[in-house]
Amino acid sequence: MRPLPAHVGRRSWILGFWITATALTLAAQAAGPDTVDFSRDVRPILADKCFQCHGPDAAQRKGKLRLDTPDGVLGKGATGSQAIVPGNPDESEVFLRITSDDAVDHMPPAKSKKTLSPAEIDKIKTWIAQGAPIPRHWAFVTPVRPQIPRVKNTNWPRTPIDDFVLARLEKEGLAPSPAADTVTLIRRVSLDLTGLPPTPAEVDAFLSDEKPDAYTRVLNRLLDSPHYGERWGRLWLDAARYADSDGYEKDKSRQVWAYREWVIHALNRDLPYDQFIIEQLAGDMLPGASQDQMVATGFLRNSMINEEGGVDPEQFRMEAMFDRMDAIGKSVLGLTIQCAQCHSHKYDPILQEDYYRMFAFLNDAHEANVAVYTPQEQQRRSELFRAIQELETGLRHRNPDWADRMAEWEQAQNAGQPNWVVIRPEVEELSTGGQKYLPLPDGSLLAQGYAPTKHRVKMTVKVDLPVITAFRLELLNDPNLPLNGPGRSFKGTGALTEFEVEAAPADDVSKNSSIKIVKATADVNPPETPLDPSFDDKSKRKRVTGPVAFAIDHKDETAWGTDNGAGRRNQPRKAVFTPEKPVSNEGGTRLTFYLQQNHGGWNSDDNQSQNLGRFRLSITSTPNAEADPLPAGVREILAIPRDKRTPAQIATVFGYWRTTVAEWKDVNEQIEALWKQHPEGSSQLALQERTEPRATHMLTRGDFLKPGKAVAPGVPGFLHPLPPGAPATRLTFARWLVDRNSPTAARSLVNRVWQAYFGTGLVSTSEDLGTQSETPSHPELLDWLAVEFMERGWSLKELHRLIVTSATYAQSSHVSAELSARDPYNRLLARGPRFRVDAEVVRDIALAASGLLNPKVGGPSVFPPAPDFLFQPPVSYGPKIWPESKGDDRYRRALYTFRYRSVPYPVLQNFDAPNGDFSCVRRTRSNTPLQALTTLNEPLFLECARALAQKTVREGGSTDADRVVFAFRRCLARKPSDAEASALLTLLHKQTERFEQGTAKPGDLAAVQGSDAAWPKDVGVAQAAAWTAVSRVLLNLDETITKE
Amino acid sequence: MNCQDHIYRNADAKLVARRWFLQQCGVGVGSLALGQLFAEAGYGATAGDAFAARSPHHTPKAKRVIFLFMAGAPSHLELFDNKPTLARLDGTLPPPDLLKGYRAAFINPSSKLLGPKFKFAKHGDSGAELSELLPHLAKVVDDIAIVRSMTTDAFNHAPGQILMNTGTQQFGRPSFGSWVTYGLGSESKDLPGFVVFSSGKKGPSGGNSNWGSGFLPTVYQGVQFRGAGDPVLYLSNPPGVDQELQHDSLETIQQLNRMRLDAVGDPEIATRINSFEMAFRMQSSAPEVMDIGREPKHILDLYGAVPGKPSFANNCLLARRLIERGVRFVELFHEAWDQHGNLVNDLKHNCQDTDQACAALVTDLKQRGLLEDTLVIWGGEFGRTPMVQGGNDGRDHHPNAFTMWLAGGGIKPGITLGESDELGFQAVKNPVHVHDLHATLLHLLGFDHTRLTYRFQGRDFRLTDVFGRVVKELLA
Repeated sequence: MRPLPAHVGRRSWILGFWITATALTLAAQAAGPDTVDFSRDVRPILADKCFQCHGPDAAQRKGKLRLDTPDGVLGKGATGSQAIVPGNPDESEVFLRITSDDAVDHMPPAKSKKTLSPAEIDKIKTWIAQGAPIPRHWAFVTPVRPQIPRVKNTNWPRTPIDDFVLARLEKEGLAPSPAADTVTLIRRVSLDLTGLPPTPAEVDAFLSDEKPDAYTRVLNRLLDSPHYGERWGRLWLDAARYADSDGYEKDKSRQVWAYREWVIHALNRDLPYDQFIIEQLAGDMLPGASQDQMVATGFLRNSMINEEGGVDPEQFRMEAMFDRMDAIGKSVLGLTIQCAQCHSHKYDPILQEDYYRMFAFLNDAHEANVAVYTPQEQQRRSELFRAIQELETGLRHRNPDWADRMAEWEQAQNAGQPNWVVIRPEVEELSTGGQKYLPLPDGSLLAQGYAPTKHRVKMTVKVDLPVITAFRLELLNDPNLPLNGPGRSFKGTGALTEFEVEAAPADDVSKNSSIKIVKATADVNPPETPLDPSFDDKSKRKRVTGPVAFAIDHKDETAWGTDNGAGRRNQPRKAVFTPEKPVSNEGGTRLTFYLQQNHGGWNSDDNQSQNLGRFRLSITSTPNAEADPLPAGVREILAIPRDKRTPAQIATVFGYWRTTVAEWKDVNEQIEALWKQHPEGSSQLALQERTEPRATHMLTRGDFLKPGKAVAPGVPGFLHPLPPGAPATRLTFARWLVDRNSPTAARSLVNRVWQAYFGTGLVSTSEDLGTQSETPSHPELLDWLAVEFMERGWSLKELHRLIVTSATYAQSSHVSAELSARDPYNRLLARGPRFRVDAEVVRDIALAASGLLNPKVGGPSVFPPAPDFLFQPPVSYGPKIWPESKGDDRYRRALYTFRYRSVPYPVLQNFDAPNGDFSCVRRTRSNTPLQALTTLNEPLFLECARALAQKTVREGGSTDADRVVFAFRRCLARKPSDAEASALLTLLHKQTERFEQGTAKPGDLAAVQGSDAAWPKDVGVAQAAAWTAVSRVLLNLDETITKE
Repeated sequence: MNCQDHIYRNADAKLVARRWFLQQCGVGVGSLALGQLFAEAGYGATAGDAFAARSPHHTPKAKRVIFLFMAGAPSHLELFDNKPTLARLDGTLPPPDLLKGYRAAFINPSSKLLGPKFKFAKHGDSGAELSELLPHLAKVVDDIAIVRSMTTDAFNHAPGQILMNTGTQQFGRPSFGSWVTYGLGSESKDLPGFVVFSSGKKGPSGGNSNWGSGFLPTVYQGVQFRGAGDPVLYLSNPPGVDQELQHDSLETIQQLNRMRLDAVGDPEIATRINSFEMAFRMQSSAPEVMDIGREPKHILDLYGAVPGKPSFANNCLLARRLIERGVRFVELFHEAWDQHGNLVNDLKHNCQDTDQACAALVTDLKQRGLLEDTLVIWGGEFGRTPMVQGGNDGRDHHPNAFTMWLAGGGIKPGITLGESDELGFQAVKNPVHVHDLHATLLHLLGFDHTRLTYRFQGRDFRLTDVFGRVVKELLA
């Protein structure tokens, strides 16, 4: 397209065609004096040239004049002259100023470097002459079902979609294209609904099915396929900025695949879109939230996390909050709200205060990391718990006096508890190795930010207690720690290598001396256990964790560990350290504590730390103080009067008490053995609502160090209101986002679905439906789809069915030069869509065509081949792990490929896959030589070529001609033309000859990698190599990676 | 010539596309599919070829850029910014007033001052002061402009590097290199417009996002090259594919693609044909350009480059070879400068690795007449604290003052701009913020930084966000 004035090309594609076809003057005529439309023709001009100073942002407003509202344009502004006199341009100050010759009066002012073209001035004039109407922006009005238009060619439409499309085509004097042939259609719809090409058998079945509902049955099969959720889930994962790593400098791997799996399954079971959003925004707050609903909140947690040394964690929590707002704006609201982070929106009526009011809804959550169990693991857990319960019930049954005995035991537990005084030591910055210790109100310290794998934190405090007989270290849970803590390891455990104390008289710190610790007790003393290989520090020393005595043995190899196995490791713990003699200073004591935490691994840029996560120190004067053997949870229940305890609480106390009853040793051991069978499970980043709300402030220019006015949760006034009386919670906000009255939620979603089918949305700016967005190509169709979508219960599968059964969708994508010239972007939809498939589908087509595809759905990410140097310095910041998958996992669909944000998987990156740094609802679609190099030379593509060749010679018939057809159909679904087959056969024969004659060596090309995929015995190595070459050509065709 | 021109001449698309393919017109090293609405950019509204050479706003002084990115943040106090007062106050606490509102990454800001560890001397006609660690740079000091008054907003590596490379601390914005290739296109027919190298101890913090295209079309993102092995990923034929087979395979692919183009009429197929053609050409051109063994010995010696042994020096030489072949923007990341400790030895080592090659690059570009219109930029993401970290051999991150140097492409040579205070803590005279640096560099490349924009989410975004001023004092 010839360069056009930007606003014309962007805003008004109809005009765009006129202009390219003819000339600018014609465009002006085409618009005509009657056809100036404020939204389409005038608002863009005002937005671009005037709103900077005369728009919604009150802070930037000049001359008390705003031109974006009906009241505003009738106002007088600072000059006292009416800005616009409807119907009378020559009396309108605006018109006089934009046409003024006076340099002072002229608008826009010279310093803005903006000018109005004569055509733009003309449009403004016409608009004023028309009475200067300012309708509300279309996207801010709740959609209502429009009338289905009347069309001349009533035979063509199959669905109302087609009536809207055809009405437009008829107006333009165009006709739809003929329907695509059957093979093209089944390939198109298979790629669209599942992201996989149809197998030749599926094509044949469709071709031979003469029943009228043949297509419906294909659709049923595809919509019921588990691959449907993978295909459409991947698109949602773009919007959800999914990645398997933290981003920023360390870019450590994270476990979030459970969220990906949730998305896939949610789509497969056609979870209504409103519910889909509610669970992702606030699943944790739903009554009786299930594991799945907790996992769904991973959507908000897909933000990046900066844990490089020396960060202020609150700064990056705020960055993550901004990212969440942006993601909600793009993916759910369909509005640009990011601008309002720093100032009121320049174009849309979103005030900065509105932004922070929405922000406030999200601000009260913990950055949690919850345990996740697969359905099998969940079943295993229920079985274990049932078995344990049965054993315990058996004990009660056989010992009817258990309650009395337990009460007796309880009496003994309540006596003689030491009196502990919590102390609040100050952490010395330089001793933390870059980790931050956040003091909490209860006197505990929460470790945050960078997690060094080895450090010895130093803390000092002055205490007044005249005699100190013991020191207590409590390790506490915290929702912000992995799996609730109490440690920072990926299992939520921690290890204390050494506990050291020094003391000095507070009035003479020069007399500082180290205190000899002679005894240590703890409520957990796991047996000596070698470190998990994840914490290998490459020192080749035998490093262990074990009982608390390991924390006072002066050995760097040993540490007190708190990990007592899956299912029970994430509990609060405590240890008490007794000095050789009490510490006593009349004038108080300055205590210095050192907590050595050296049991991490060699790579501090990976998840290898075992630091304590949250802990609290206390001191006592009570003699002979020891660690309370009772778990903290049991101790809390004992504080409740016995008759007020719930059965669950009684069971918890019983569960501990029974372990102290010597005669029940056998049963206790049976239960211990059962616990050993508890599944490890995995984890997922999620949100968990805080009990204490945070105050939300407007931030000056988005700077978290410059909080301004405090704001309460709320929503922008120009959108639909919150339900009256609803609590100001994240759940209310989530429900509001997908309320039936939302003007943008359904429009935004159906527009993106349309974009996925046709390459461009009905509004091309699919991330923004606000006033700066493109005017919709088919506004009524957009509204009809939005309303239909909501009225069909927000069912995505229904929406897909609606689109793929339309005549519009079924059109051939062949294009004549004339049509291509008239409508290069196919915005009028006079033909079917044709474009290169998304990055993941490029890979999946090769895997499917070759037969290598492993169709397994879900599970952790996999590691297909990638060059190792990418994951090592100096390319990667730190060494990263890329354990290349062997066997089946190598051939999983591309959406399961592990995604490091800082080192994107190159095959996918080359085909425009986003890396998850930010929410993306519209991918670029480029066409580059790097793509060609990838499909030609990348190892896995070659494996696919070889596998396709093997399949072809094994199953493709006995003649070369049959085999060419076989291989061709696996890639393209259709049969080759004679010319196409002949070109492939020529290549085959020439290369066979070269390989046979030894001009080329066939060995490498034919070399089989897996043992299970050998060449048939009657196929010689030259033939094998030549067929691999032919298959490689097929996998590299434009059509192979294109949806036609 | 525009790829879609044939459409508008009402000619038969098929015939024109074939002829167009044969002529290899238009399409450079990347094109955007139809429907991308490239016109949305409001700038250089072409639909097909993303790299067609384009004219900027005014006549540029610089046509290409080599950015020597010293990741980790080199100490200005040991290299460029001589502070006798700091030496005198070594071991004392900084004045509390200075630290008001100051946040440090690791240290308690009220830590003792640490005097500079190396000696400084004046060099060249300009009399610019450099540390003894930079003997080679001293020889070209009259060709460069030293800016001692750089400031930035970030004091952590990833946000700092992202800010220096994209103009904001928030991830997701286009990098400087992608803005430049978007603005100017590329002059190379068979190499990417924006090439990235990495050397040193680690990779850049934030990785790919430092050279990403953000919301600009993906064709503008930097392409990583390597000094050893395949210079570009997947460049070599797979094992077992010899040159003739590759050629024959390409020929068959193109033949079948042309048949499809005839049948379907989609101009995108023509673009694909061209991409494959270009890929085939890259397979021979890229190894050629990356083969520094072709350089004469005196040039290798000048840089300290050794063929086959990847190094920063090799990358400097490669940068020159690439820009000679029309590559628009080359960025060399060298992560080695994060001296929280071991300041003295690490700096000696780093300067041994880089000083000679940086100076050689300036010398070599100058002797070839390339320096005139090639911008060379040297610097990291921030500076380092005048306060000590640890015992007496380390410095923490410091955003308030640091030093960069620039050369060529319309930069005024032989000047030292700006000053920091006597402790090297605060830029006090002619402060140059990262945004100002970007505005100035874009100015030299022919752009008004307020008008090089891309519309995304209803807003015209730019490299300098809403900030930036052209630093006139730096212009020749």
